[in-house]
Amino acid sequence: MKITGKANIIEMTELCAGIYSMWIEAPALVEQAIAGQFVALYCEDASRMLPRPISICELDQKKGWLRLVFRVAGAGTEEFSRLTAGDKIELMGPLGNGFSLEDGEPLLIGGGIGIPPMLELAKALYQKRGKKGKAVLGYRDNTTFLAEEFAPYAEVFLASDDGSVGTKGTVLDAIWKQGLLADILYACGPTPMLRGIQAYAAKQKLPAQISLEERMACGIGACLACVCQSTQTDAHTHVKNKRICKDGPVFYAEEVEL
Amino acid sequence: MRKLSVNIAGVELKNPVMTASGTFGSGLEYQEFVDLSKLGAVVTKGVANVPWPGNPTPRIAETASGMLNAIGLQNPGIEVFLKRDVPALKQQQAKICVNVCGRTTEDYCEVVERLAAEPVDLLEINISCPNVKEGGIAFGQNPAAVEAITKEVKKYARQPVIMKLSPNVTDITETARAAEAGGADALSLINTLTGMKIDIHKRCFALANKTGGLSGSAIKPVAVRMVYQVAHAVKLPIIGMGGICTGEDAIEFLMAGATAVSVGTASFRDPTATLQVLEGIEQYMERYGVEDIAELIGCVE
Repeated sequence: MKITGKANIIEMTELCAGIYSMWIEAPALVEQAIAGQFVALYCEDASRMLPRPISICELDQKKGWLRLVFRVAGAGTEEFSRLTAGDKIELMGPLGNGFSLEDGEPLLIGGGIGIPPMLELAKALYQKRGKKGKAVLGYRDNTTFLAEEFAPYAEVFLASDDGSVGTKGTVLDAIWKQGLLADILYACGPTPMLRGIQAYAAKQKLPAQISLEERMACGIGACLACVCQSTQTDAHTHVKNKRICKDGPVFYAEEVEL
Repeated sequence: MRKLSVNIAGVELKNPVMTASGTFGSGLEYQEFVDLSKLGAVVTKGVANVPWPGNPTPRIAETASGMLNAIGLQNPGIEVFLKRDVPALKQQQAKICVNVCGRTTEDYCEVVERLAAEPVDLLEINISCPNVKEGGIAFGQNPAAVEAITKEVKKYARQPVIMKLSPNVTDITETARAAEAGGADALSLINTLTGMKIDIHKRCFALANKTGGLSGSAIKPVAVRMVYQVAHAVKLPIIGMGGICTGEDAIEFLMAGATAVSVGTASFRDPTATLQVLEGIEQYMERYGVEDIAELIGCVE
């Protein structure tokens, strides 16, 4: 059952330029949510009619809190960034399928604003396995965010486009140069990165769960705006168009054409 | 007890609030938010004779008080629709209006014929989708073509036929009269207005299809004007739509001459928008002591 309504903002911080962290009190939503799912945030300004899909960064089941980490990408996210503790925000969730926690040595791969959902996944895998997996996080430069928060749950490796932190290059460069081995890959990030992971997973014959994004309207599988090309026939239209909001956002790499 | 029910071509709707095709899926996607039996009718997403994959992504872009879409009528086709969606909607005790799309006159007629024996209450013929090359808009902008396809569809239809008109014309009363001449039982208007958005940072079109249909609050004044014009040009009942978000918005359309209204893009902002509109209409009637909603229809001359 999806939860809709206004929720209290508990804490709001700017992690680095343009990246914000928001803790929201939403116990009924949090109770049902898992890593890799997302919520729809609605703007107060009615001239912005569409909800913004934002991935879940952390869940605090004890407190019933939810953490979202987002980048200001336009007027809607800019509006959210101006909210402070004590304000309310309209939301709906949890939406989408989320990651499946698999056995085997995990490698979590996050690129840019694809990093936040990997944090809750790192926690969930740590709790399930009782030991740390590995996480490789890719940034543009040395303005990193969340990296140190992965440390309790995963051995962290960094990559940056300009080489200012970690391996110079992409997350895949870091995987090769650091010799990171795993049984299962989990990834979220920009499409070119996911395309690279998809090819890497196919070559290494590794299962990979990748989380996709696309512009969304309804968020519940009705409007068919956010489809991706799938290799198999989809359940809704019986063509090869899976809905990222409902059938995803997490897919096995071989399920989709990027 | 205030009377909210309206009659569209002999079909009694318990209230005038319907859904706008394409914004509400088959209806079933929204059943966890909306008791579908409470709506006047559920208008389904367009159904063709065979599955359509739709357009490439990105398919939508937000604009000021609205959005552009170029979904391209992705749909599972009549076979799956009849097997999966119609029985489920029936079980929800919803009044069902099936939106029909096609590339050729034969495509439309095939779907309409397949629906003849089904427990479907109304047919809405989409001759106005701006996002598909053949069919859709090709039929909707030319009065002679509108009359011809209406006549053909009527030959196969067992349910009342609602022709959905395009606003992308110089004079909408011409296509409205053509549909009436072709034997339409009702009209719905407006479909989306063709628009374009350019991403100035990436120097490309915001939609893969380049153009898309504009919907949402931004188009409401255009829609109200067109409903008013058509109401004065034809005798057919009108289902008015275009940017309805509140009960007050719906009342405007009724006063302009619509018998019923459809709520579309507003459902993306609030999945319960249809019920909010219905509640708003009831509050308006209460406030002004309106006993029968019929008193409001076309009351502004």
